[in-house]
Amino acid sequence: MPPETAPELAPALLDIRGLSVAYQTSEGRLPALRGVDLLVRAGEVVGVAGESGCGKSTLASTVLRLQPKDAEVSGEVRVAGEDVLTMGWGKLRAVRWAEASIVFQGALHSLNPVQRVQHQIAEPILLHEPDVSEDQVVERVALLLEQVGLPRARSRSYPHQLSGGQRQRVMIAMALACRPSLIIADEPTTALDVMVQAQILDLLAGLVRDLGVGMLVISHDLAVLSDICDRVAVMYAGRVVEVGSAKQVFTDPQHPYAHALSDSFPHIGDLAARYAPAGLAGDPPDPRQLPDGCSFAPRCPRAADICRVAEPPLLELEGSRAAACVRVGEL
Amino acid sequence: MSAPDEARQAPPVSARQLARRRRALAWRTNWRLFRRQRSGVVGLGILVVFLLTAVFAPLLAAPETIEVTQATGGVLEPPSSEFWLGTDDAGRSVLALCIWGARISLLVGLLATAISMVIGTLVGLTSGFFEGWVARVLYRLTEWVLVIPFLVLAIVLAAVLGRSLFTIVLVIGVTSWPSTALLIRSQTLSVKERPYLERAKALGAGRWHQMTRHVLPNVMPMVFANTTLTVSIAILTETTLSFLGLGDPTRVSWGSLLEDAFEVGAMTTGAWWYIIPPGVCVVLVVLAFNLVGQALEDLFNPRLREG
Repeated sequence: MPPETAPELAPALLDIRGLSVAYQTSEGRLPALRGVDLLVRAGEVVGVAGESGCGKSTLASTVLRLQPKDAEVSGEVRVAGEDVLTMGWGKLRAVRWAEASIVFQGALHSLNPVQRVQHQIAEPILLHEPDVSEDQVVERVALLLEQVGLPRARSRSYPHQLSGGQRQRVMIAMALACRPSLIIADEPTTALDVMVQAQILDLLAGLVRDLGVGMLVISHDLAVLSDICDRVAVMYAGRVVEVGSAKQVFTDPQHPYAHALSDSFPHIGDLAARYAPAGLAGDPPDPRQLPDGCSFAPRCPRAADICRVAEPPLLELEGSRAAACVRVGEL
Repeated sequence: MSAPDEARQAPPVSARQLARRRRALAWRTNWRLFRRQRSGVVGLGILVVFLLTAVFAPLLAAPETIEVTQATGGVLEPPSSEFWLGTDDAGRSVLALCIWGARISLLVGLLATAISMVIGTLVGLTSGFFEGWVARVLYRLTEWVLVIPFLVLAIVLAAVLGRSLFTIVLVIGVTSWPSTALLIRSQTLSVKERPYLERAKALGAGRWHQMTRHVLPNVMPMVFANTTLTVSIAILTETTLSFLGLGDPTRVSWGSLLEDAFEVGAMTTGAWWYIIPPGVCVVLVVLAFNLVGQALEDLFNPRLREG
């Protein structure tokens, strides 16, 4: 893991400021994100953790303005310095994939079943660089496949002829096709078994190191994130509740929710935790009817009266980390 | 990065060559799978025979044999060694008439189907893919044309536009597309929601690219399978319209043969050789197209197709 100060110098690839997204549903307005700030610098891997429905996938889709049309969005999402949310349509299409690409979850469904893998990896190249000759495209696809550890001959395969891990590798090759500076990995290993998961994570970490790109990894699995991320942001009910270096968040969480999340994964060498895995009682709040004050208060083991009055802001702590809890020092 | 969108949408020649090679291989694979289905092969065989008959009609039966003025036979002669299928009321060979009738019937069937398919696919794809008022208007239009009594509309159009081959083709074409459009629309709606279309969007693909590269290839098998069914409907419709006296009076088709036979009372005089052959031709061709259509449907259904 690089030292704390190194990434500070690199330029910001992704700069999300005050991002709020709300969906209109038949049962009322549903805020999916409530004022999220996030920064990804070149060469940095940032993880976003949280349980289902905390808004992490909405966050991923907003980066390339892929959110549903009826979503209300406010705030800023700057990719390479330009706001994705307000840029023109032509510009947006140019930014998509050439500046920032996505490794989707569920590779089987994200690949077109009637097209060969080669054709699909070549698709972004043909879209963004129409002048490239056929031979060059074929060669680039072959190189991309080798880069993700697949033999060239696999380019002739249809998606259903590949295993889950191979398909995910194809998705990664596709994400690299236009040499983007930012890669968003949305649950990149969710559908894979543990062995393949480790391989894919190694691959992603290696690519980030070799290519010097920035990566935003979305996952519910804190163990996965601590494996490959430099920094991790923990989300709860549409807000970032804790952000810090991966090691800090995993081993020494400050926010009670991050604490519970961290406790729910076994730590190697900690026998006590292994025999008594800690969980978190209760369910996340209904985003349409968030409680007054801290949205985590109803499930929080440390909630005090003050927690039910006002939502705590993200407080800067020492060691370039932050947590949104009023009782942060009292742990 | 700021290059115009138009430039992005035009795929270079190389991509087209790539696609062509891929398609050639796909055709070979599909042909191998098609041959496994006996009924489809039988249907295809029948079709080939009829197509060859239509193409080589002048060689099989000299053009003058179907001229009323140059007929050599007697009135309604039963089948003999000279006239294998007997003669009609003008002394022409029924076999020669059926051979020449194949030309018109197949031509009308195929042309009308082509029109119907193009309109149906375009309307279905557009109304399924887009979500604005255009799509809604197209969908309503489809439903509207669908509920108009088909035969009545065809008769009215044929009567208004006059009796010609072109009219018949047009009438059948513009009245038979709605079922295709609905089919394509529903398939498009389902394909549109698949994650690989979201992926295509994230790739920076425009609507045109998404539609032509992802949606169309996925609904195309449906279009093909539907084509063969529409051909048989078109041939039947041509027969119906001709039988009702709305066909081109200067040309011989299976439908007009049936109408002539009906008018001269072939039924009551027992001249079965005048009625049955054109009828059998219609039935055989329709059956053949249906067999091929079913075989294609099985072929293109991924659940029935093995890796």
